Amino acid sequence: MSGPAITPHAESAAAALPRQGLGFRDRRRRATSLVMLALTGVAAAITVLPLLLIFFHLLRAGLGAISVDFFTQTPAPVGESGGGIGNSLLGTFLLVSLSALIGLPIAIGAGIYLAENEASPIAGVVRFVTDVMNGIPSIVIGIFVWTWVVVSMGHFSAFAGGVALAIMLIPMVTRTTEEMVRLVPRELKEGGLALGFTRWRTTLGIVLPAARSGILTGVLVALARIAGETAPLLFTAFGNPFWEWRLGEPVDALPVRIFQYAISPYEEWHQLAWAGSLLLIALVLAVSLAARFLIRSPYRSR
Amino acid sequence: MQATPEEAGALPGPPRRGVAAWFPGWWHGNLSDRTYSMALAAFGLTIPVLFLLILVRIGRAAWPALAAFGGAFVSSSDWNPVAGSFGALPFIYGTVVSSLLALVIAVPLAVGLAIFLTELAPRWLATPIAFGTELLAAIPSVVYGLWGIFVLVPWLRDHVQAPLAGSVGKSIGLFAGPAYGVSILAGGVVMAIMIVPFISAVSREVLAAVPVAQREAALALGATRWEMTWQVVLPYATPGIIGAVILGLGRALGETMAITMVIGNRPDIPTSLFAPGYTMASVLANEFSEASDELHLAALMGIALLLFGITIIVNSIARLLVWRVARRAGK
Repeated sequence: MSGPAITPHAESAAAALPRQGLGFRDRRRRATSLVMLALTGVAAAITVLPLLLIFFHLLRAGLGAISVDFFTQTPAPVGESGGGIGNSLLGTFLLVSLSALIGLPIAIGAGIYLAENEASPIAGVVRFVTDVMNGIPSIVIGIFVWTWVVVSMGHFSAFAGGVALAIMLIPMVTRTTEEMVRLVPRELKEGGLALGFTRWRTTLGIVLPAARSGILTGVLVALARIAGETAPLLFTAFGNPFWEWRLGEPVDALPVRIFQYAISPYEEWHQLAWAGSLLLIALVLAVSLAARFLIRSPYRSR
Repeated sequence: MQATPEEAGALPGPPRRGVAAWFPGWWHGNLSDRTYSMALAAFGLTIPVLFLLILVRIGRAAWPALAAFGGAFVSSSDWNPVAGSFGALPFIYGTVVSSLLALVIAVPLAVGLAIFLTELAPRWLATPIAFGTELLAAIPSVVYGLWGIFVLVPWLRDHVQAPLAGSVGKSIGLFAGPAYGVSILAGGVVMAIMIVPFISAVSREVLAAVPVAQREAALALGATRWEMTWQVVLPYATPGIIGAVILGLGRALGETMAITMVIGNRPDIPTSLFAPGYTMASVLANEFSEASDELHLAALMGIALLLFGITIIVNSIARLLVWRVARRAGK
C-alpha cells in the first residue's frame, strides 16, 4: 500500500502523495477506467465479427456456384442442375432504372426546395415528413403500391415494382440533395444573382453543378440500397422465372429470387441463393465504394 | 421573419406575410422565377401528399376488418383465416418482444462501439472499423436472412439454446422449451446485428458534437478517461443517443425479410425466447399474396396500418430528439 512507514520524510511524502503512489481509491478508479475502456474495444470487436463471418460464409458457399451460366441462364426447374439468374439480374436492372426515372426528378426537386426555403414553415413540415417517410417499413410501401398500382392495373408488373422502389428512394435522395445544396458556398450564389441571373438560372446553372458530385454520391448510395430491397417487390414486381423485358409484366429481381431459393427445401437452390447473395453484395459494395472514393465533393466538410 | 442566407442576396420586395412568407421568391423576380419557385414547391409537396395517400389508401382498405372486430383486433390472440377470426395480438407481441430483445443486445454494443471510435481508438484503427460497420449497414436484409437460416440458427440451437434450456431453462421460463433453432431469440439476434451499425453511426455523431471544452474540463479536474466519458460526455449526449436508439427501434419494428426467415412464423404468444414467434411484418410478407377472402385481406391491411402508425410515432419521437440535440450543438 502507498502509505509509507514512519520515516524522517513522512510529512513531505504525504504531501507528495499523487506523485509517489496512488491511494487505493485512485487505483480502483484507474482500473475501472482501463476495464471499461477495454470493454468498449470488445464491443467494437463483437460488432465487426458478424461482418467477417457473413463474408466468409458467402465466399465459401457461393463462390463455387458462380459460372458463365449463372449470369446468362434462367432458373432451372427443380431437380435439374445448372440454370442461372440472368433474368433476375435483368429484372433488378429494369426496376432500379425505372425507380430512378420516377423518383430522382421528384427527389432532387424536393431537395432543392428544402434547401432554398429553409425558414418557411411548409418546408419544415416537408422536411419532417421526409424524415418520417424514411422510416416507413418497406413492406408497408409494397402493400400501398399493391392497393394503388397493382389493383388498378389488374396484375403485378415491373412498373408497380419501380413505383414502390421510387417511393423508398425519394426521401433518401431528398435529404442528401438538401444537405449537398446547402454546402455550396453562399458567395457562388450571390455572385450569380449579382451578375443579374434570375433565381432559377442561378440554381440550375451555378448551385447545382457545384453540388453535383455530392448529390451523385447520395443517389448512388440510395440506388445501391434499393437494389437490395425484397419486401416492397413481393406484391408488386412479384417475380418471374423467365426473361421479361416488358414493363407491364411481372419481372424477377435478384433479392426476391434469393429469398425464394433460401426458403426452398432444395440443396441446389440454397447454393444458388448463396451465389446470388454474393453477387448482390458485390454489386451493392461496388456502387457504395465508387460513390465513396471516386466522387468527392469539393465542399464536403468530412 | 428572419432573412435566410438565400434571401440575403435577393432584391427587397414588399414585406412578406401569410402565404407569401412560405414561398420566398414569389414576390420578387420575374415570371420565370415565380414559375420556378412554384414548380419547386410542387416537387416538395409531393412528399407529404404521398404520405397522406399511403395513410388514406391503407386505412380505407383496413376499414372492414377494424369495423368488424373493433378493439378485439388488437386484443384477441386468435388468428385463424379459415375460421374467419382475426386477432393481431400474437404479431404485435412477436414484433415488440423481438425488437426489444434486439435493442437489449444492440444498445450496449452500439454505444460501446461509438465510445471506442470517438474517445479511444487511434485513427488507423477507427477508420477500418467505422468502414466495416458501414458495410454491415449496406448488406441487404435478405442476405442477413440467408446467413441467419443456414449459419446463425443452427449455431444458436446447438450452442446457446440447447445448453441453456437444459440448465437454467428448467427454472426460468424465458429460456425454457425445446431448442428449435428458429425462434424469437434468433430474430432478435439477427435484428441486433442489423441495427448496431445504425445506432452507433448516429451515436458517434452525437458524441462527436460534445464540445472539447467539456472533456478538457473533466480531465483537468482529475477525472480518469472513463470518468470523463461516463460522467461528462455521455450525460451531455444522452438525449441524442436515446434518439439514435429509438431510430434503431423504428428500423427493427419494420424489418421484414431477415426476421421472416428466422423467427419461425408461428402465431403464438410464447413465454420462452426459444419458441418460434411471428411478427407483423412477417405475416404481411407470408400471407398477403395468399389472402383469398375480403376479410382476411382487410385484416392484413389492418396490420399494415398498425405497423405504419407505430413506426411513424416512433420515428417522429426519434427525429425530434435528434433534431433538438443537433440544434443545441449548432449554437
